[in-house]
Amino acid sequence: MAIELKMPALSPTMEEGTLAKWLVKEGDTVKSGDILAEIETDKATMEFEAIDEGTIGQILIAEGTDNVKVGTVIATITGEGEDAAPTPAPAPTAEAPKADAPKDEAPRKAESGTEQLIVKAKAAVADPAIPEGTAMVRLTVREALRDAMAEEMRADDRVFVMGEEVAEYQGAYKVTQGLLDEFGARRVIDTPITEYGFAGLGTGAAMGGLRPVIEFMTFNFAMQAIDHIVNSAAKTNYMSGGQMRCPIVFRGPNGAASRVGAQHSQNYAPWYASVPGLIVIAPYDAADAKGLLKAAIRTEDPVVFLENELLYGRSFDVPDLPDHVLPIGQARIMRPGKDVTVVSYSIGVGLALEAAEQLAGEGIDAEVIDLRTLRPLDTATVLASLKKTNHLVVVEEGWPTCSIASELAMVAMEHGFDDLDAPVTRVCNEDVPLPYAANLEKAALVDVQRVVAAVKAVRNRG
Amino acid sequence: MAKAPARASAAPKKTASTPTPANNREQPRDPVPYDATPAELEKFYREMLLIRRFEEKAGQLYGLGLIGGFCHLYIGQEAVAVGLQSALDGDKDSVITGYRDHGHMLAYGIDPKVIMAELTGRAAGISRGKGGSMHMFSVEHKFYGGHGIVGAQVSLGTGLAFAHKYRGDGGVAMSYFGDGASNQGQVYESFNMAELWKLPIIFVIENNQYAMGTSVNRSSAEDQLYRRGESFRIPGMQVDGMDVLAVRGAAEAALEWVRAGKGPVLMELKTYRYRGHSMSDPAKYRSREEVQAVRDKSDAIEHLKKLMTDAGIGEDKFKDIDKEIRAIVAESADFAESAPEPELHELYTDVLVEQY
Ligand SMILES: Cc1ncc(C[n+]2csc(CCOP(=O)(O)OP(=O)(O)O)c2C)c(N)n1
Ligand SMILES: [Mg+2]
Repeated sequence: MAIELKMPALSPTMEEGTLAKWLVKEGDTVKSGDILAEIETDKATMEFEAIDEGTIGQILIAEGTDNVKVGTVIATITGEGEDAAPTPAPAPTAEAPKADAPKDEAPRKAESGTEQLIVKAKAAVADPAIPEGTAMVRLTVREALRDAMAEEMRADDRVFVMGEEVAEYQGAYKVTQGLLDEFGARRVIDTPITEYGFAGLGTGAAMGGLRPVIEFMTFNFAMQAIDHIVNSAAKTNYMSGGQMRCPIVFRGPNGAASRVGAQHSQNYAPWYASVPGLIVIAPYDAADAKGLLKAAIRTEDPVVFLENELLYGRSFDVPDLPDHVLPIGQARIMRPGKDVTVVSYSIGVGLALEAAEQLAGEGIDAEVIDLRTLRPLDTATVLASLKKTNHLVVVEEGWPTCSIASELAMVAMEHGFDDLDAPVTRVCNEDVPLPYAANLEKAALVDVQRVVAAVKAVRNRG
Repeated sequence: MAKAPARASAAPKKTASTPTPANNREQPRDPVPYDATPAELEKFYREMLLIRRFEEKAGQLYGLGLIGGFCHLYIGQEAVAVGLQSALDGDKDSVITGYRDHGHMLAYGIDPKVIMAELTGRAAGISRGKGGSMHMFSVEHKFYGGHGIVGAQVSLGTGLAFAHKYRGDGGVAMSYFGDGASNQGQVYESFNMAELWKLPIIFVIENNQYAMGTSVNRSSAEDQLYRRGESFRIPGMQVDGMDVLAVRGAAEAALEWVRAGKGPVLMELKTYRYRGHSMSDPAKYRSREEVQAVRDKSDAIEHLKKLMTDAGIGEDKFKDIDKEIRAIVAESADFAESAPEPELHELYTDVLVEQY
């Protein structure tokens, strides 16, 4: 009986991929370990190896096919002594049930609570910072970030990118793809695994007059380097009476990723946002990712730029401008509304927008604000909205204790108390290290339903 | 001019040496004591004396309550900063150190007045009174601090070297740190990158034998600190840090290597601090006799004075220099005492450079 080869899942978030190349053809004999094909995901190009011995029966998906869903039968292998002659090809769709395939052999994609974080929601109104009538291009957040770095590197020789796997590997999450080719090894630098060391080196290089962009593979690993971010980069300008500048960007993915457990899933936004002397930016969509990263590279102050792995592959409209730079420190109203203000940042913005959609169907008109910059915090935009809606809900993919949500609640107490018709409410992750088990991960992370419930509760209080 | 004579010293035996390599790799040449002109000898003497008198005065002002917090004096170690920095090119080479930083600033020609005024926390201080003893900088003099976190200056200095190389400006970074700091992990992270990328940096361990109250022997599995770069292929030199000519001579050999693009050098300067770690030091970890013995036998200023006397400089000259230096220090102390404190609004300035 022919063995079916199925499109493999090569990363926790992979749902489909491109069958880039077949390295075997029908009739070839293969043994375990032979490379059959190259498969491209949004993160990398991977080799697909044979596990069984036999002869390639049929190739069902031609090379160069995009968007092949995980689990789709891409070829068959016949065992020894079996007839390798092609049999009529089944329809190459993942959905087609395979009567002859035992149920438990069907690839089951590991579930993840992070799926509840990924919604299709987009801003309902245009960013006023972008001139009306500007043409748009579709870009992923990943491409937008890469373009931001490339444009700034073209414009200023002092800008360089340094980090683990940023050059030859093209970025652990492919964010720096192509930069080495364009700018060479002088300006795109692979480091050893040495976060404390290269964070310090970058900070020193900034003090010495360069403009480093330091990539952390994820911000979880920046814990090793937080001393330089806080003690060396953030404080030096003050301690030197304004003499010593430190124009550096520390960037990388932050927050929960899919099924990677507690040590690889933390939101550090409140940590860095508590430090005077730092700028902290956490964009949601691709236009903001691009415009704000360019601003971050240009500013004279040290910036912590928090990205989100789950958003890297999402596509958004990005202004087709030669130099799309956004102001740091300005929140953006993503959806105007009059009944309740829902504030969030980074991936939480999607949840807030999605919840607002649902609430609209139930007659509640929510205004959604994306903070974009967490330090300095644009409290004016939040307070103006609160004045209008008299209700405030904060959505944050992160722990509740000492969070951006806590901070906003205090801001509302201090400056918006008379505008509040109900207590400020927060929708945060559960106050536990992020668990691995799919069901527990789901339970721990924020989701749209929790936002909807919180908004309704807050509306019912007054 | 006279070569440094061999002499009894409490610290190292040899004035400077490059250890025999464990392999056939090229090494920096063996350093020789610097052959100084009379004018250079006098310059070294003035600089070292300025540091000593300045630090003594800072100690007094601390005792009077005019200087607060931590104040780490450089007394005893003067020959290190003066010998090394005299070999640098102040227009292009950069210097960075830890919190024991007054001496390095004076050796780089920074005005004693603004340093002292920083110690007293005045608006005229080099950091406008907002840095204090441990956090002083002068971008103009390519002096990059002044850092309070033990070991941080090693990675930061490696970054300065990276910037020199990136720009191709021919500069070398000199990063000073202590024997205690040499046990920090980031030091080795920096060694690795510096050698891997052949960065123009001289790592200087000022081995004054103690990290606060912990002697080198109690903290270091390998107490020959010049060997700490070996597994990164960084050549090491051990130098008598109480002999300014040995220090200068070793600096020249190290600079030759680094400027030739051969990567970093690690220098261990054997020295001694006479005073407590900071002004509040119980000093229970060493005996008075130990300190006195070094002062008597190995003092760097006395040693240089002897060389100059041998070269025919008379007592009157020394008296003149001493008077001059005392006047400079007294002036800086007066300035630091009388200068006004920062305006209260300064509390909120310099947090960020730009407006958002
Ligand atoms: C990371 C860190 N740990 C501890 C301290 C406290 N501390 C300040 S100086 C010092 C001793 C350092 O000794 P050494 O490196 O030999 O330099 P020295 O004081 O002798 O010049 C310690 C432990 C600090 N400032 N930073
Ligand atoms: Mg020491």
